[in-house]
Amino acid sequence: MSARSMWRQAGLLVGPALLLLLAVYLYPLGWLFVLSLTGGPGGAAGLDAYRRLAESSVYVDVLLRTTRISVLVTLVCLVAAYPVAYVMTRVGPTAVRVLMVFVLLPLWTSILVRTYAWMVLLQANGVLNNVLRWLRVIDEPLRLMYNETGVVIGMTQVLLPFAILPLYASRNIDPRLPRAAQIMGAGPWRRFYSLTLPLSLPGVATAALLVFVQGLGFFITPALLGGSRVITLAMVIETQVVDLLDWGLASAAAMVLLLLTAIVVVGFDRLLGLDRAWA
Amino acid sequence: MSEPLVTLRAVSKQYGRAIAVNNLSLDVFEGEFVTLLGPSGSGKTTTLMLIAGFEAPTSGEIRIRGASVVRHPPEKRDIGMVFQSYALFPHMSVFGNVAYPLRTRRLPSTEVAERVAQVLDAVRMSRFAERYPRQLSGGQQQRVAVARALVYRPSLLLMDEPLGALDKKLREEMQGELKSLQRTLGVTTLYVTHDQQEALTLSDRVAIMNAGDLVQIGSPLELYDHPATDFVAGFLGEVNTLDGVADEPAGAVTRIAVTDGLEAAAGANCWPGRVREAVFRGELVRYTVELRAGTIVSVSRPYRGQETIFAPGHAVWVTSRPQDWRVFG
Repeated sequence: MSARSMWRQAGLLVGPALLLLLAVYLYPLGWLFVLSLTGGPGGAAGLDAYRRLAESSVYVDVLLRTTRISVLVTLVCLVAAYPVAYVMTRVGPTAVRVLMVFVLLPLWTSILVRTYAWMVLLQANGVLNNVLRWLRVIDEPLRLMYNETGVVIGMTQVLLPFAILPLYASRNIDPRLPRAAQIMGAGPWRRFYSLTLPLSLPGVATAALLVFVQGLGFFITPALLGGSRVITLAMVIETQVVDLLDWGLASAAAMVLLLLTAIVVVGFDRLLGLDRAWA
Repeated sequence: MSEPLVTLRAVSKQYGRAIAVNNLSLDVFEGEFVTLLGPSGSGKTTTLMLIAGFEAPTSGEIRIRGASVVRHPPEKRDIGMVFQSYALFPHMSVFGNVAYPLRTRRLPSTEVAERVAQVLDAVRMSRFAERYPRQLSGGQQQRVAVARALVYRPSLLLMDEPLGALDKKLREEMQGELKSLQRTLGVTTLYVTHDQQEALTLSDRVAIMNAGDLVQIGSPLELYDHPATDFVAGFLGEVNTLDGVADEPAGAVTRIAVTDGLEAAAGANCWPGRVREAVFRGELVRYTVELRAGTIVSVSRPYRGQETIFAPGHAVWVTSRPQDWRVFG
């Protein structure tokens, strides 16, 4: 096949998706970028919106909080997902199918419904507090909602499948390697941290990337479980557009979120590239 | 002979109703090179896995230096193993791979470096210590795998078709290296292969397995000269099998009345036939010859000295020395 016809074929295959992306993603994004600089209706042009973002300690706090919550959710997801993915690599095909259904089941339920369910569980008079009080573990109800704890709990549950799936997908570690380590005298713990863990790092990186990037832009769960006390970047954008009609500031905040995400993606790609060196 | 290093007594392994290893007893002595030889599915690799501890026997006893190891996990058996496709750790350099068993044993790093250097030198891989497995050729990976299995001086070395992934020329070269390395170090070795040439070349003793049974064990010469069954004879070399009835031995020679009316005995062991196929193999020409009544035999004839190849259809006489015949019940 000549280079030209190969390009033509690639163009035909990628073209429709590319056009769709241009129409529904890149065009509005470009429009937002322009808005962030022109200030939108009634706003001041130039870098004014960005200056207001940077000068206000409120917005800087929001940015830091958003990042902190996302980092925390990513860590909790990884710690919770790793054992599940590990078990899935060790059991038979039927058990894998059953576990897979349990992993995917939450994805079939709306995030809104799941978040309301968490509100039922976590509120001061909720299921969890009532059970703990009934068991006399606590006297006063724990504050599990309208703070970062609640947001992290809810987001972790929503994003957990996105950590389990890439970890499980990177399971193809040659089963002879642990055997070779074992016959050379390595016990279970040493086999885990010298072989299984380092060889699963590409999967860990992919899982971390997926969860972290989604966490940065999360809206519904922090809005409902965090309320007015846990404002994230996505909530700021929503307030600016819906309540304050400040399109300039909203666009600028969206650009900051986009930049943050891009930095993370590029950083992880570097890390993955390193992993590929010995995969 | 002294106490055997490895003893298998009446070892069986069943998977459900399938019998992988059937009532196998085997002694391997200190410093010996013993090969388990058999076709695929004969139970030779399962036997190796039982000794390594990756599989537990359904019944029977496995002892190393007199002590039962059936309840010991692989990591407690002090065994070295070379796997069929090497199982090198892809995220560790050659040095890291070979140092792995020593670091597992918490040896001081100076001793680790010293012993790794020594064994890499012995397999001529010193120059490649910093390379990663994927940067090595098959033969080089093989050497690293052997070095890694030997560096901690295990009491027993198991090798599961270690040369299976190499091309013919490299395989023959590595056979020589393995043999001389094993002789120098004197490490007791249990080797698994389906290649009879390799088994005969390398081994002090060969154990022939078929369908889970150990059929015969002995030195390569014993097996070749005195095969116990037609399976052993057929597996070790190319044989022509003729059905027939053997008379009482008369002197050193048994007279055989072959079913299709041919007779084999001293002085009368020539049969007419026709060439069906001739294959030029270089030093030899291999003929498939159809004897009277459809019996097919295969015969070799040196090419040098004759410089002729009989074409298919050519009428020939086939001859065989009576002392080369073996009678199996």
